[in-house]
Amino acid sequence: MTDVSMTVNGREMKGSVEDRTLLVQFLRDNLGLTGTHVGCDTSQCGACVVHVDGKAVKSCTMLAVQASGASVTTIEGIANGVELHPVQAAFREHHGLQCGFCTPGMIMTAVDMINRHGSSLDEKTVREELDGNICRCTGYHNIVKAILSAAGAAQTPAMAAE
Amino acid sequence: MYETSYTRATSIEEAARLAAEKGEEAKYLSGGMTLLPTMKQRLAAPEMLIDLRHVGELKGITVDGRAIRIGGGMTHAEIAQSDAIKAVCPGFTSLAGLIGDPAVRHMGTIGGSVANFDPAADYPAALLALGGTIHTDKREIAADDFFQGLFETALEEGEIVTAVSFEAPDACAYEKFRNPASRYAMCGVFVAKRAGGVKVGVTGAGSDGAFRWSEGEQALSGNFAPEAVDGLTVPEGNMLSDIHGSSAYRANLVKVVTKRAVKKAQGH
Amino acid sequence: MGVEGIGAKVLRKEDRRFITGRGRYVDDMSVPGMKYAAFVRSPHAHARITGIDKSAAEAMPGVIGVLDGKQLQGDGIGNLICGWAVSSKDGTPMKMGAYPALASEVVRYVGQPLAVVVAETRAQARDAADALAVEYEELPVVTKAVDALKDGAPQLHPEAPGNLIFDWELGDRSATDAAFAKAAHVTKIHIHNNRLVPNPMEPRAALGHYDMAEDHYTCWTTSQNPHVARLVMSAFYNVAPEHKLRVIAPDVGGGFGSKIYIYPEEIVCLWASKRTGVPVKWTSDRTEAFLTDAHGRDHETEVELALDADNKILGLKVETTANLGAYMSLFSSSVPTYLYATLLSGQYDIPAIHANVKAVYTNTVPVDAYRGAGRPEATFVVERTMETAARELGISPAELRRKNFIRSFPHQTPVIMAYDAGDFEACLNAGMEAADVAGFEGRRAEAKSRGKLRGLGMSCYIEACGIAPSKAVGSLGAGVGLWESAEVRVNPVGTIEILTGSHSHGQGHETTFSQLVAERFGLPVDNVQVIHGDTDKVQFGMGTYGSRSGAVGMSAIVKALDKVEAKAKKIAAHVLEADEGDIVIENGEVKVAGTDKKLGWHEVCLGAYTAHNLPDGMEPGLKEGAFYDPTNFTFPAGCYICEVEVDPETGTTEVVQFVAADDFGRVINPMIVEGQVHGGIAQGIGQALLEGTHYDDSGQLITASYMDYAMPRAWDLPMFKVSTTETLCPGNPLGMKGCGEAGAIGSPPAVINAITDAIGNNDLTMPATPEKVWKALNAVE
Repeated sequence: MTDVSMTVNGREMKGSVEDRTLLVQFLRDNLGLTGTHVGCDTSQCGACVVHVDGKAVKSCTMLAVQASGASVTTIEGIANGVELHPVQAAFREHHGLQCGFCTPGMIMTAVDMINRHGSSLDEKTVREELDGNICRCTGYHNIVKAILSAAGAAQTPAMAAE
Repeated sequence: MYETSYTRATSIEEAARLAAEKGEEAKYLSGGMTLLPTMKQRLAAPEMLIDLRHVGELKGITVDGRAIRIGGGMTHAEIAQSDAIKAVCPGFTSLAGLIGDPAVRHMGTIGGSVANFDPAADYPAALLALGGTIHTDKREIAADDFFQGLFETALEEGEIVTAVSFEAPDACAYEKFRNPASRYAMCGVFVAKRAGGVKVGVTGAGSDGAFRWSEGEQALSGNFAPEAVDGLTVPEGNMLSDIHGSSAYRANLVKVVTKRAVKKAQGH
Repeated sequence: MGVEGIGAKVLRKEDRRFITGRGRYVDDMSVPGMKYAAFVRSPHAHARITGIDKSAAEAMPGVIGVLDGKQLQGDGIGNLICGWAVSSKDGTPMKMGAYPALASEVVRYVGQPLAVVVAETRAQARDAADALAVEYEELPVVTKAVDALKDGAPQLHPEAPGNLIFDWELGDRSATDAAFAKAAHVTKIHIHNNRLVPNPMEPRAALGHYDMAEDHYTCWTTSQNPHVARLVMSAFYNVAPEHKLRVIAPDVGGGFGSKIYIYPEEIVCLWASKRTGVPVKWTSDRTEAFLTDAHGRDHETEVELALDADNKILGLKVETTANLGAYMSLFSSSVPTYLYATLLSGQYDIPAIHANVKAVYTNTVPVDAYRGAGRPEATFVVERTMETAARELGISPAELRRKNFIRSFPHQTPVIMAYDAGDFEACLNAGMEAADVAGFEGRRAEAKSRGKLRGLGMSCYIEACGIAPSKAVGSLGAGVGLWESAEVRVNPVGTIEILTGSHSHGQGHETTFSQLVAERFGLPVDNVQVIHGDTDKVQFGMGTYGSRSGAVGMSAIVKALDKVEAKAKKIAAHVLEADEGDIVIENGEVKVAGTDKKLGWHEVCLGAYTAHNLPDGMEPGLKEGAFYDPTNFTFPAGCYICEVEVDPETGTTEVVQFVAADDFGRVINPMIVEGQVHGGIAQGIGQALLEGTHYDDSGQLITASYMDYAMPRAWDLPMFKVSTTETLCPGNPLGMKGCGEAGAIGSPPAVINAITDAIGNNDLTMPATPEKVWKALNAVE
């Protein structure tokens, strides 16, 4: 067992884990932060996306010991108290979720995407950047709308016509 | 994942020493984007992981005129966003921006990708076409000599890829046709044009890993235009074949994707 | 309607917990003392188990117990059942092989569980499961249904000679033959409906907890129908008596049919909890999901369509071979029969239909209902055939459909179904307008100038939803009734709890169901709590599948609300000294019509509980329940039009436009309905373009992860243009038809019709991968 410590959602967290423990398992099982999900074994579905030192990463493909010393933000940590993060609010407003299972990873990916691209995001870029996030419920239509809306990006003509 | 132990190295020397002590039961962990999924599937079971992510010597990008050197620890995202590389070799940054997905690009490194030599990895196509050099803690190896076959490189046990370097060509571009499931390259082609001729690196399609398409190079060296490869046929025998594409289909892709890469390079 | 009533776009009440990471899925649950299970699964597609040596596994660190199939049998745990009896055309009942939760003698597909390890941690359980020594004698393997029927094929079950489960027929063969004898034109095609893996993003999970002190069991499970799970686990599997078993399906991350069934893992977790004395949790990983979640589709069909000289359809003949996998899953027998052949009339007036279906065992994962369940297969048969016929006859596909539409209702088809209402032409017109079909040739020419081949394909689907009434499904072999129940509890302060037997795993029931209360009493949806998914809270229910939560589940709520409203009016009339018939309830007030006399809704509710001033003989309280059994299936229908561009050099298909014009009857929340259509279309496009399930000759599933099974991603899909028309369903109080499956049903033929139009070759199977399209294109060039 190895001792790890990291800042999670702004708080210092410590734990003792087997070296093979994935970051997502540490967050879920040790810290009880069950908002981060596991949807595949091959690093493709993105349900586990969190931010490590400000960047989106797949917490199912990182060991907890690798993240020791880092600053980690999970879906539980982006709202300001009861006030939703704009991306969270946009997912609700645009019905960008159904069963909710992929949603935390989608939102964390979207926040990272908007951090990098800002209002220059367009539909094509959003779809490209969602390559590592799989949703089985929504057909992505409303997820794309929600992300563009949260980014303050111009909607494509086809969407504006709706 | 089977049990393993983790050690964080802070220098190349320390990493190499740890690896030498442990022998073949040790594996270097860089971004972990291939190694960790493989371990999760219980297809690999190294007793020791030596984390290279905190080794400062593996960081950094230097562009000196048209000479580019990229530290082995640089992530795909860092390379994709490098304005210095982009200014002289936009085809390379564009390739880095097409690897995996944004979260993978934040972790995965060029050193890890080159050392692993997955048959569908993107960088090998570029390094072959660019006539690049792979730098290790022990030596320098030309890309043509480094990439030897499926998951097989010139690396010896314990050797660490510290950097890659290459000279920016006059024009270059990468075109990627993705496997619809894995999104890896089913065929990725990097073309690089210099006064001395054109080189074509192909990944994802070959049964022996990335390769240089010499017939295509000859044709394009004479006429750097998409139609130059029209009359060529790619032998199916050297192509991968799986449920996503037969060798005949991949042979076709090599030609089509090359043409598109050339067209893209003409646009740069 | 109020601002939150029927027809309003009300944002979802349930979203807040999901977007903040506070959803509660089964794997998020933990109870004190909980340990972890890992299953030992067969690496062989067909083998005899000749020995199990537990000693190494039992000696592994953290191991609490290693349990196998013999122990399970010894404890009297029953074999898995199939809940729908189907008989062959010769009258013999279906031939079902024994399906134990843990195999002890023979394994028949890769991934079949044969033992379970319970250990302190997940990793230790997995380590020990890998260490269990099992000896196998390998047996010959067959994975394709048509091969399994051949002489000399490997035999799976002694109960089913020749691997034939049933040879079933529907319709009138001689009338159909007679119709074909008069035909001016016959269109024949072969249809392959590809096997799909449902892939809800939440993998299955189960947490079994046996409480020794109370002799009581609790099972948290990823179920679409927890009450059915409890019934089946107690009545057939002898896990626990029904009153000693609580099943909870909390937040469930998608189902699409695959979470209807009661799988071996939840049975074993409950049993293992009693055996080991600790609560036992198991969570599937994605590879296990591919290997064990019930798959969908997998049909091979020969179809013939007879038309007269005027292009009117005379008859339809269908011969289908359905692959049911290695065991009969819970509703597997109904999918290729009563959910399939009964829809073969499509939207068309077809005088004679005959369908013959052979259901077959193979060494593959069991096949059962997946989004649409039989109806996508029927729609694909009918709509590919119609498009093919139109091309052969040289007339427009829209005109051939128009000419043969059913135009008067009710309409009795030759295959059981009596369509109650519809306006198929309205959907076709709406779809064609939205898709700008008139401008297509211009777009095709423009695409050609860019080197792309553009094609347009349509599909006019009809489906049957609700999976009810009970009497009807009972007569067709269903082992359960398919009504729904609801209870409406009004609290003394006037807030309302709706308890429903429907289960939401993404459908937004908490919002939509609350809108019924908003509509009825003018209360805000925030004053309503919808409770579902817990057998201790909701008395009984049949769950959610077959697009039944609206037409059946909400109808039950409406019936309960009727009773609440009637009692509230009685109380108000008594207090206000008015005639009961003059009382109206709106905007949260209970008024005497035409006067200024009124009570607040909360005052009436409080009065019901103080009981100080109730009419003589009235019981205190305000709580009503209802069971609702519909009078007929419902029949959503619509027109889907897909436009594609094919890259001839690579065979890549891009869906450039997708139009859905649906008739779902009454729409309660258009935002949620549109979302359901989007998701269904994505799965339909996935089936048509991407999702192929491949077994090799030894029965290994090649596509057992997202590395090889192509899931639709954002990049693969366009923005969808969806719209609805409302032809009300006469069979239920709200006039609803259902919307959950339409997208997956209507879209695959539209996509394939579009691609075959683009490339000028009709010979193309799903999934239409770039290589297949490229080959089909080269075959005609």
